[in-house]
Amino acid sequence: MKSYIIPEFLVDRDDHRCIRCEVCVRQCGFDVHYYDEEDDEVYVDENKCVGCLRCVTLCPTNALVVRENPTQVPGNANWNREVLHNIYKQAETGGVLLTGMGCDKDYRNYWDRITLDASQVTNPSIDPLREPMELRTYLGAKPDALKIGGRKGKASLQTALSPQLRMETPMMFSAISYGAISYNTCECLARAATEMGTYYNTGEGGLHRDLYRYGDHTICQVASGRFGVHADYLEVAAALEIKIGQGAKPGIGGHLPGEKVSAEISRTRMIPEGTDALSPAPHHDIYSIEDLAQLIYALKEATHWEKPVSVKIAAVHNSAAIASGIVRAGADIVAIDGIRGGTGAAPTMIRDNVGIPIELALASVDSRLRDEGIRNRASIVIAGGIRSSADVVKAIALGADAVYIGTAALVALGCHVCQKCYTGTCNWGIATQDPYLTKRLNPEVGTRRLVNLLTGWSHEIMEILGGMGINAIESLRGNRLRLRGVGLTQEELDILGIKHAGA
Amino acid sequence: MVEIDAGQLHYRELNNMVKGAVAEGAEEIVLENIYGQRYIGSGIRKPVRIVVHGVPGNDLGAFMDGPKITVERNAQDGVGNTMNSGVIVVHGRAGDIVAMGMRGGKIFIKDSVGYRAAIHMKEYRKHKPVLVIGGQPQDFLGEYMAGGVVVALGLNGNGNGAKFTAKHIGTGMHGGLIFLRGEVEEYQLGKEAACAPAGEEDIALIRQYVEEYTQLFGGDVEDILGSRFVKLWPKSSRPFGGLYAY
Repeated sequence: MKSYIIPEFLVDRDDHRCIRCEVCVRQCGFDVHYYDEEDDEVYVDENKCVGCLRCVTLCPTNALVVRENPTQVPGNANWNREVLHNIYKQAETGGVLLTGMGCDKDYRNYWDRITLDASQVTNPSIDPLREPMELRTYLGAKPDALKIGGRKGKASLQTALSPQLRMETPMMFSAISYGAISYNTCECLARAATEMGTYYNTGEGGLHRDLYRYGDHTICQVASGRFGVHADYLEVAAALEIKIGQGAKPGIGGHLPGEKVSAEISRTRMIPEGTDALSPAPHHDIYSIEDLAQLIYALKEATHWEKPVSVKIAAVHNSAAIASGIVRAGADIVAIDGIRGGTGAAPTMIRDNVGIPIELALASVDSRLRDEGIRNRASIVIAGGIRSSADVVKAIALGADAVYIGTAALVALGCHVCQKCYTGTCNWGIATQDPYLTKRLNPEVGTRRLVNLLTGWSHEIMEILGGMGINAIESLRGNRLRLRGVGLTQEELDILGIKHAGA
Repeated sequence: MVEIDAGQLHYRELNNMVKGAVAEGAEEIVLENIYGQRYIGSGIRKPVRIVVHGVPGNDLGAFMDGPKITVERNAQDGVGNTMNSGVIVVHGRAGDIVAMGMRGGKIFIKDSVGYRAAIHMKEYRKHKPVLVIGGQPQDFLGEYMAGGVVVALGLNGNGNGAKFTAKHIGTGMHGGLIFLRGEVEEYQLGKEAACAPAGEEDIALIRQYVEEYTQLFGGDVEDILGSRFVKLWPKSSRPFGGLYAY
């Protein structure tokens, strides 16, 4: 069927600069470029270009420019280009529209409408270059009260603490499954988390045996499909996470199509090669909070009560009540993923229209747990569109214990957010299983880039804390008095629990 | 043999004692006066024999990897949830979600099971899970089934095989096999499951499981295997391959 979709991008080649080295030909997994020996020309098929900029970045002579195609169906504010493209595509295929990465709709970004407070004369700021700054964070249930005993001037803690995750910086890498991303990407995340003294999350695709050595820095997910979930997997993890929902697709399950279930994926997920890996949204053993409690305790029992258990949900309007239930069900960590949370593949309409911004969900969950007097019984970790250290600081002031970083980590590895992860042809070697493409991400280099990102952000967090006159991240948690809204309605301010700037 | 009286024990105390006994090298552990304690067998990775006197609670053998558990009476929900290996034998009936996500080992239930048995059962190389149900399964048997074998004998029906009443059997099935002794109507099946009378090869395949069943609970192998069986298998290993627009 002839496609009515006009190419989204144009690829311009400066013929004087092009040396016919064919790097662009080899680099494009979407087969946009091809070399004709007879003509000694490199031609392009612009219909296939996704705008990932791999060719532009690697072209040794800067001969390439990829730009948005100015010729587009006219459309209007209502029937815009994306709407029309979607309809053409569905008229051609009859399928459910898929997309990769997080929601790209222009919903109000509250991080950008919140400013941080700073200290001045009476409560002076702290210089983090000469004063100690504490970013260490512990995730897990905290007791209602501490009993300190001791003898001859030596204090000792008498209260038995629940298992805790100790992290040197309040940032972890989000759950991204092996299958959605390449082995090398998983290795980069695992090694960077280990080096930085924090954690990464396996997602629901199991854990490759070769990565077991990073187990102490691995959070292993248990989702409805239970892929790769077996005794070794549970045992090697530092913590376990029950995945109920994902910000990109609340209420929707996962589906790794059979063609992506390669030999290694099959080994890790423990399913035969080439079969669909279906994980519906509901766990068939969880129909209630009581059932959730049962799975939480089953995991604790299976791992001898040595590991914290997290429960991850997507941010929805009722998150506060759900989080209360999760805490009462015995979870040590509540993870909430907002509407801008990323994904390898989600139905486009779900991704863009279901869920709520994490800022609002976080504020309401933290308030609710405080009101109910159970905030100490679980840590809150949030995810979904954390783009900078400032977002991290604001999240912690709004009530989070720590954040998950997903898209930002992939961007650090080279991702250019072309949103075509679901095709499995990621030219940056990130969201692909094609051995030719996966080699492009060097684990050494990738690890360095991730470590650099977290190091930079950690320094910035210390600077911001110092500016606020705070020397420990613990002191900022839920400290909403240090936040101010700019240009928000009273209702938004009420939900966020912050004052307007100037007040 | 180690004997534990569980009459007054919380499940954590009980399971700690069981794990302790396993650590000390016990080969057989007999649990007396079990009144609904959960997660028995979970987190144990040795082929120890555990005999349960009483009715165990939910998630018996969840994530289990190795033990052989015998229950002398009924069991509740979640028997063998996400089990990796081992054997569970229940001399009565079992509740819902038996063998959910089970990847390896065997489960034998003498009588019927509740809803959602063998949902998401899967297999991998040498791990091939087997669930044998003496009586009737209820609705949603083998949904999203991705591997393994389920045999339902319907022995509490009439002599020549049961009229199964379960619906939505094998919805989304993309691996594994289900054998039902007796009959089942088209409307009871998920649309991803294919169905035909079982042939000689099929009967040969399930013979060993039926033999094990009769050795455990009594009954005549030839009598059982002599009845009509239907076989369900997935129409495709990629049932939802065409669902998306790429």
